[in-house]
Amino acid sequence: MSKTKFARSTILILTIAMAACLTQPGCGKRDGAGGSGSVSKTTVQNIGSDTMVNLAQAWAEEYAKVEPSVSVEVSGGGSGIGVAALINGTAEIANCSRKLEPSEIEKAKAKHGSDPKEFMVGYDALSIYVHKDHPLNEISIDDLAEIYKEGGTITKWSQLGVQAIPGGKGDDIVRVSRQNNSGTYHYFREVVIGKKGDFKAGSVDLNGSKDVVELIAKTPNAIGYSGLGYATPEVKILKVAKKKGEPAIQPSIPTTLDKTYPIARPMFMYTPGNPPPHIQKYLDWVMSEAGQKIVKDIGYVPLPKS
Amino acid sequence: MATELQTELAPERAAPKPAQPERGSAPANKPARAGRGALAIAGEKLIEFVIRLCGISAIIFVFSIFFFVFREAAPLFFQKHEPPAQPEAVVERHADDHSPAAKKFALKEFLFSKEWYPTSQSNVRFGVLALIVGTLSVTALAMIIAVPFGLGAAVFVSEFCGGKIKETLKIVIELLAAIPSVVWGFIGLTVMNPIIQDLFHAPIGLNMLNGAILLALMSVPIMVSIGEDSLKAVPDSFREAGLALGATRWQLVYRVLLPAAKNGLLAAVLLGVGRAVGETMAVLMATGHAVNIPFVTADGSFNPLFIFEPVRTLTATIAAELGEASEGSQHYRVLFLIGVLLFSMTFIVNLTADLIIRGIKKR
Repeated sequence: MSKTKFARSTILILTIAMAACLTQPGCGKRDGAGGSGSVSKTTVQNIGSDTMVNLAQAWAEEYAKVEPSVSVEVSGGGSGIGVAALINGTAEIANCSRKLEPSEIEKAKAKHGSDPKEFMVGYDALSIYVHKDHPLNEISIDDLAEIYKEGGTITKWSQLGVQAIPGGKGDDIVRVSRQNNSGTYHYFREVVIGKKGDFKAGSVDLNGSKDVVELIAKTPNAIGYSGLGYATPEVKILKVAKKKGEPAIQPSIPTTLDKTYPIARPMFMYTPGNPPPHIQKYLDWVMSEAGQKIVKDIGYVPLPKS
Repeated sequence: MATELQTELAPERAAPKPAQPERGSAPANKPARAGRGALAIAGEKLIEFVIRLCGISAIIFVFSIFFFVFREAAPLFFQKHEPPAQPEAVVERHADDHSPAAKKFALKEFLFSKEWYPTSQSNVRFGVLALIVGTLSVTALAMIIAVPFGLGAAVFVSEFCGGKIKETLKIVIELLAAIPSVVWGFIGLTVMNPIIQDLFHAPIGLNMLNGAILLALMSVPIMVSIGEDSLKAVPDSFREAGLALGATRWQLVYRVLLPAAKNGLLAAVLLGVGRAVGETMAVLMATGHAVNIPFVTADGSFNPLFIFEPVRTLTATIAAELGEASEGSQHYRVLFLIGVLLFSMTFIVNLTADLIIRGIKKR
């Protein structure tokens, strides 16, 4: 009898303890910029866009040589994750392949007391990829919308005038898309499908920019969108026309900068409020000639020299 | 869940044995034993307490997890129109709370709509029918592949091979269980994708078949080890009687052993099902992750080639979307509701398996 009583009270105590733990999320707030240690490196948490993760990594590695006392830790996951981390205070720099939404700015302001500060760090020409043997060379935004949007009518390659795809399996278009927290997904929806529209269900939703290109390299029937920096020899980048009948433009540095390529977008880094000196210095370096050279090396479009 | 039940199963099997050590240890409690100080007795009490705690902890964990998952999902049903603006819920998804589309949550729509648009700017829809169909169809196909292999292997290991081969096979099958699911997913993504495309002329190799093959391979080890156990539990007198009647080995297996062990074998299959339903990483990578009801074509007719359609499962959806869904938003809560749904599904499967095993024990 005493044993059962003992067991019962143990259960009760532990359950209460457990419940107490569960009801209090966010026990430890991270403070990355703990500069009190004299020997230790200052680490900067840099989280966000999957489009930019390779670029941010390259910046961080190069900057470690320039300024050994600062270590920038980069992780990806998607622009949405970066913004969430920025608002939560777990990221000191958020990478974002889209602009912040007004609601997000409001949230950040409520949390940190000031508007997040925006730094434009380069451009990406959002590129439309197909398999390298695919006969198609160009596509219009209208056709892309018909392929991707809910209620769109194009489901077969023959509707675009493609008769036979070398190595292809039938006529179906395999639509490759991104998970719905991706900045690229949001940008594509905004400029191709229309802000009010939605994607057609049944697209293959992948979790990374690189995955999109890798899958397309192995799938002759596929079409997909990803950052220009992820191009490989195994895929083909389509020229994109703003409207049917208009000339199609190859994504490149000049066509992005003169805005003739219709689906180019800026890439941003955000900090919560004005950044502390060591982060400001990093961002200045990113936007300097040395930092912008890396943008070009990775395959994106550097800021115009002013 | 499956492994938990598996470990729970083992002591039950061995139930007759522990009775003895207990009896053996009973005299030790008597103070009559010389040479035992108060410290030793206190130490024993302490150890007893720790062990008891370990035993109870499993119950507490299960209930706490269920409580937590349900607590996160529950506000969906009590909200009026807009989710309450929580000051600490700072992480925000653009569409969820502010757009007029954040309408009242309807359970009917959740279960019976196939439209899954959690982050739409204009019309947020949370319908998980396609995801339920995806989970069930991938699991069913996986079982169609796995059951013959798993039970066949169990019969072979238990009845047809002896000595070295048996030991080797058991070790290798256990190794199969030790491969992490993300490695399976990787194999699906890089190896199986092109093979399925070329072999079946499928437009994409990340599809139901791919996921089902991986799940089958992952659930076979469980089926083999539990199936073998239950075959082993059939008394040897059954075998002797069968052989004495002049039955061939095949007749012995088919007519005597399988009927005698059928409950255990069914439990083995159900545990495999539990494993398949709950699997996340491999199916996230291998099934194509497309919100799609595979049996219906675009124009609404039956699709005979449904096994080559990409699908999406409940588990993969949670894994892919929870990381960023803002805390407290409708999207976040719906993902937890999917968790409750999954929990209920695996609970039912495991409970069925458990009841069946209990049925065996009683006999």
